[in-house]
Amino acid sequence: MIKIENLVKRFGDKVAVAGISFSVEEGEIVGFLGPNGAGKTTTMSMLTGYLSSTEGTAEINGINILDNPIEAKRQIGYLPEFPPLYLEMTVKEYLNFIYDLKSCKLNREKHLKEICDTVKITDVYNRVIRNLSKGYRQRVGIAQALVGNPKVIIFDEPTVGLDPKQIIEIRNLIKELGKNHTVILSTHILPEVQAVCDRIIIINKGKIVANEKTENIDELFSGTRRMCLKVCGPAKDILNTIRSVTGVAYAEILGNNDLDSTSFLVESTPGVDIRKMLFNAIVARGWTMIGFESMGANLEDIFVSVVDEKDESSGKKKKK
Amino acid sequence: MFAIYKRELRSYFISPIGYIFVAAYLATSGIIFSICTLNQGQDSSVATYFMMLLYVFVIALPLLTMKLFADEKKARTEQLLLTSPVSLMGMVAAKFFAAYTIFAATYLVSCIDFIALYNYGTPNTAILFGSSLALLLVGGACIAVGVFISSLTENQLIAALATILVILFFMVTSALNSYIDSAIIRSVLNWVSIFERFSNFAYGYFDINAIVYYVSISFAFLFLTVRVYEKRRWS
Repeated sequence: MIKIENLVKRFGDKVAVAGISFSVEEGEIVGFLGPNGAGKTTTMSMLTGYLSSTEGTAEINGINILDNPIEAKRQIGYLPEFPPLYLEMTVKEYLNFIYDLKSCKLNREKHLKEICDTVKITDVYNRVIRNLSKGYRQRVGIAQALVGNPKVIIFDEPTVGLDPKQIIEIRNLIKELGKNHTVILSTHILPEVQAVCDRIIIINKGKIVANEKTENIDELFSGTRRMCLKVCGPAKDILNTIRSVTGVAYAEILGNNDLDSTSFLVESTPGVDIRKMLFNAIVARGWTMIGFESMGANLEDIFVSVVDEKDESSGKKKKK
Repeated sequence: MFAIYKRELRSYFISPIGYIFVAAYLATSGIIFSICTLNQGQDSSVATYFMMLLYVFVIALPLLTMKLFADEKKARTEQLLLTSPVSLMGMVAAKFFAAYTIFAATYLVSCIDFIALYNYGTPNTAILFGSSLALLLVGGACIAVGVFISSLTENQLIAALATILVILFFMVTSALNSYIDSAIIRSVLNWVSIFERFSNFAYGYFDINAIVYYVSISFAFLFLTVRVYEKRRWS
């Protein structure tokens, strides 16, 4: 559906995107993740034909964006970082303008009504965009991307500046869209991609540092299972007992809590489920376990470790 | 492309700028017409009137063109147009014709003034038509300059002022002649001058060269505007 090969963008001497390749299948929701200035927006701009690539190719549905820009752009609905709204127009006028701009062939009334229902802007349909709140403006921006029912939808940071309720709504909306469309969204909010995306592409300093299915990404980078225990009893003895359980790779005391309990951080060796043995070992000594929490490595950790790792390795190269 | 044209045309009358342009142009041209033609009372000569209108263009037309691209850039709606299935040439042409439509329609309305001439004198209809055609083309050239300059900045005021300066330069270069010794430079300045070329029309001579010149200027600046966008994409 989307195929990007060795895409490079230089602004003068500055390399914004340094050779990115990936592909996205039909019906996939892909999260594009990276710190500010990593090259997310630049990549998306090249994909949508707003910028031209210095090297490499971007194909949408087999159509090269540089060879046949008009046909390629017809396949894409794009919500840029700042929704491109004409503030003086009403939502109705704006969406009709977009409909004409994309020379859409669908039934106008029906199509626009469907979109408004999907993104929930029917109640502001006749209002001037200038008077709408940020959340509504964002939704009008999303509506704009949906006009013409494009196969590929690209969102650049779709939830920035929204309140938590709106964020959840937009996420659900994106999930919903993913059923019938190919979606790429960029963000630097990590739980967002975890909640919404099938696949995560992490980009840093213009390069892809990870490209994994969402469910695999934890294991790929942590390799171990971490859990937090709360046990009442003498801390040092408990720690020794935990360490003696086979399959425990690492254990440490996190701190003291109420009820004279102590928190422990325990990591198992990869591929071993130690929960049962851990519980039995502690209970066998007569201590009471009052908390047991599994802590999958979260995306923040992964993100920081991946980004740092690459920094270090590139730093080492420089030193050599 | 038609969508952009339609939106642009409407936006002139959502903001006050369209009304201001039409009102100011009609009022100014009416006053000039009274002073230069009607109040002279001698004959039905419209030469001075048409020459004066050129100066009105210098101030009035940048009002129409200043927002065309500058505003899109500021509102970041430019991205929408550039990522939609419309060619750059189509986008530039749509904006040019939107401004041109307002200008041409206003000019045609101002032609009501000529009715007075037919009531009280014997105007030369050929001169009126020839000069009007030339004026419409000069207007097109000025608008094309404005379109180009608007694509260079995101500040409407700067776009307007720069356009005024450039058009003024094109208008009055021949006036510098009396200060310049070199015959070559003088002929170049005369060649560039919109004013010098226009004077033929005002006195009843239909100058094909001038027509070609005005149309060429329009095309050249529209082409430059397309290049501005292409360059930005590739830079």
